Amino acid sequence: MKYLLLIHNNFSAYDEMSEDERNGVFAEVEKIMEDLKQSGEFVGGQGLADVSLTKTVRVRDGVPIITDGPYVEAKEHMGGYLIVDCETPERAVEIAAGWPDARYWAMEVRPIIHTAGVDM
Amino acid sequence: MSADLNVEDLLRQLTPQVLGALTRRYGHFDLCEDAVQEALLAAASQWPAAGVPDNPRGWLITVASRRLVDELRASSARARRESLTASYAPLLAPAADASSDADRDDTLTLLFLCCHPSLSEPSQLALTLRAVGGLTTAEIARAFFVPEATMAQRISRAKQRLRGASFELPPSAEYAARLDVVLHVLYLIFNEGYMSSGPDLHRGDLTREAIRLARSAHRLLPDDGEITGLLALMLLTDSRRLTRTGPDGGLIPLADQDRSRWDRSSIDEGVALLGDVMSRAPLGPYQVQAAIAALHAEAPSSADTDWRQIVALYNVLGRLAPNPMVTLNQAVAVAMVDGPDAGLSLLRQLDGDDRLAEHHRLDAVRAHLLELAGSRAAAREAYLAAARRTTSRPEQRYLQDRAAALG
Repeated sequence: MKYLLLIHNNFSAYDEMSEDERNGVFAEVEKIMEDLKQSGEFVGGQGLADVSLTKTVRVRDGVPIITDGPYVEAKEHMGGYLIVDCETPERAVEIAAGWPDARYWAMEVRPIIHTAGVDM
Repeated sequence: MSADLNVEDLLRQLTPQVLGALTRRYGHFDLCEDAVQEALLAAASQWPAAGVPDNPRGWLITVASRRLVDELRASSARARRESLTASYAPLLAPAADASSDADRDDTLTLLFLCCHPSLSEPSQLALTLRAVGGLTTAEIARAFFVPEATMAQRISRAKQRLRGASFELPPSAEYAARLDVVLHVLYLIFNEGYMSSGPDLHRGDLTREAIRLARSAHRLLPDDGEITGLLALMLLTDSRRLTRTGPDGGLIPLADQDRSRWDRSSIDEGVALLGDVMSRAPLGPYQVQAAIAALHAEAPSSADTDWRQIVALYNVLGRLAPNPMVTLNQAVAVAMVDGPDAGLSLLRQLDGDDRLAEHHRLDAVRAHLLELAGSRAAAREAYLAAARRTTSRPEQRYLQDRAAALG
């Protein structure tokens, strides 16, 4: 079963971390990524550029309206995502709990809908 | 074109024999597996143009052995290399028509090894498809919708984990339990292919591959009732493949499928296998499930189905392999015999069962039975609850459509 792990964080809060602290977080992330690749659970993932570069697009009456900034205005934003293929939902939660952003902000674990369907 | 296909089929068929022969001779399953893959690649690129050699099995064994020896020479420490070189007597490949007892045991041993209980399920599936099925890593990755690097890692990890495992059939004390795992892995491969909707070729390949592997397991152990039962179950289920989804990919329930398009030859083969084995082997869950599938396959319509017999078989299945999913299916059959209220009261036994707590199937079956009972509002609620809980897109659409029809 595949899961999307949404990384919620706050880039500006990273700026306030000491260099050691930041490097520690990056090292943790690198280690988890390496482990997930080793275990054959890593399907994909990317980090996102700063939220200030976000554009939100709405089409109203056929006219696109483009505004700067994210769809949901909040102090925290989606900072990146991972897709993992795990044997159990518990394992997906375990991966999320190990991700450093979970300690400062939050990780969201969402099952990915698939195209398989049982006989009804 | 057809020459290509024949080469591909031949290579898949020979893969476990060649790998088995090499592993039995040299040990080092992981290195042998790499060497055989290289030999297969060489054959796939050379044979279509140059023609298939007179003894294709011998050709593959020779090429793979050479690669293996090169690899061992290049990679191992001096001491290890020297102790091994002593055993590098050339492996003589018997002629293609020679007695195949050794092949038979090798393929079976290989199947047991790939379904080793120390491996995770995804690893068992991947390794079985590659080492016994002869699929490439890229093909397996496509079938499971993961990147090739991910699948390669799963396979290499599984092989690492098996390092040191002996290349022998399981001891008799473990045999039955180990065989259960093999059957479960083949069943899961089939399901991966079958459950996907729409004309996705890669997934259909998985279904065919599972049937091919089950056939070969059946040839190796023709007297085993459960292997036969599993093969029959796959054939009978697969006979409905073309009718279980509509042109838009939507699911069509059993009751509404066009039975004239069910694959008669699959049904006949499944029914014949089952009839033969049930008369001479101890009963097991795969045989019972196949027997239920056979009753559906032979019924001219849902209304003309022998539901009474199906209820009886679910009772047997519930005793052999108790499982809340069995109760769910049983409730549907009970409703067909004794009316929806009887089915609904059976479902109430499952309320509070943790194994189904977050599962949409309980709501989906309840919705169906409520609809049969004429409780439209409650049925609609239950369909919508099930639609919210499923992680399958086609099922979600089906459940939403049923709810809308009651709205």
